[in-house]
Amino acid sequence: MAGENGGLEIRPMDQFEVKALFGGDVSWYTPTNVTLWMALTVVAASVLMIYGARGRALVPSRAQSAAEMTYGFIYNMVKDVAGHDAVRFFPHVFTLFMFVLFANLLGLIPFAFTTTSHIAVTAVLAFTVFLSVTALGFILNGTKFLGLFWVSSAPLALRPVLALIELISYFARPISHSIRLAGAMMAGHAVAKVFAGFAGALGAAFFVPVLAVTALYALELLVAVIQAYVFTILTCVYLKDALHPSH
Amino acid sequence: MAETAASGPGMPQLDVTTFSNQIFWLIVTLVVLYYIMSRVALPRVAAVLADRRGTITSDIAAAEEFKLKAQQAEEAYNKALTDARAEAGRIVDAAKAEMQAELDVQLAKADAEIAAKSAESERRIRDIRDSAMDMVSDVSKDVTSDILNVFGAKADGRSVTAAVNARLKGDA
Repeated sequence: MAGENGGLEIRPMDQFEVKALFGGDVSWYTPTNVTLWMALTVVAASVLMIYGARGRALVPSRAQSAAEMTYGFIYNMVKDVAGHDAVRFFPHVFTLFMFVLFANLLGLIPFAFTTTSHIAVTAVLAFTVFLSVTALGFILNGTKFLGLFWVSSAPLALRPVLALIELISYFARPISHSIRLAGAMMAGHAVAKVFAGFAGALGAAFFVPVLAVTALYALELLVAVIQAYVFTILTCVYLKDALHPSH
Repeated sequence: MAETAASGPGMPQLDVTTFSNQIFWLIVTLVVLYYIMSRVALPRVAAVLADRRGTITSDIAAAEEFKLKAQQAEEAYNKALTDARAEAGRIVDAAKAEMQAELDVQLAKADAEIAAKSAESERRIRDIRDSAMDMVSDVSKDVTSDILNVFGAKADGRSVTAAVNARLKGDA
């Protein structure tokens, strides 16, 4: 990609551009590469969970086993982190996990578009979690939900200070939640692109950046899964606060 | 911002003009994915998992039952073995007792026969001895009479007989 410009002009951010699929301007409903890769995310998640588990066998095939393990992994995470009464939100958490996981993984395909590298996408995800969890906290606990910010185990004099800190950290949640994911995705892909650009520019020594990109790709694979895991487990932690606000 | 993103370096992530598009398609995607997962995928997987758990539980229960049955069978086998041993012992004892009784009967019969035979033999021996004694007394009388005749002495048969008998008795 860098080669087409010649020399060392590497454009690592071009891969993140939102483009209309069939040309023209990008308005809110235009089918874009965002649409395409989000649709592929849905397809990939459905292939694993429906096509993979289609046998419904007592002794599962590999694909069915993978689907069941994914199910069990998220189910246990919700149960262990957020408690038994959080299991009714398991489909929501599972949807989030599948979306983030497959968006991250599909983004690693060369020339793919990584939807989760966009702050607009991750911010919507994070604020959806933040707003629904906060609303849920007030609906289930009423004003007792505010006890989350009033640390009753601390000395009385410290409580207002702690309340302020808790409040700030609470509102910082969606920001860190969204920027963590988008930042990790964007940084990895940009670095990979820069290394790939070096490969074109270095001539005979091209194998050095190729090796670096290979190692980076393995790391990115790990990051893709870990970020999906982190995003989901933080959602569970926030959900736990809404269901059980007392410390 | 739109200009900077379009014109080259800069972050497409910060191009606000594409936000509405991304957010719109994200919401569509999430709703579709949620319905596919919650209505189709998750109930299926949950059913398979529950099915498997049920099968495993019932299989373990069945195995437990079979184990119990095996234990019962072993107990029955051991009991049958003990019974058979006791029965065999009883049969051996009965046979022994029967044989002993038979033996006793045979022994008694043999004893009786032996006693009868020996009584018979004794009787015959006595007879022979008696007849021998008679013959001895007859011969003695004859000889005595003959001797007396030779010496010219007269002796009647009765006194000779009495003398011989007295003499034989004395000797006997």
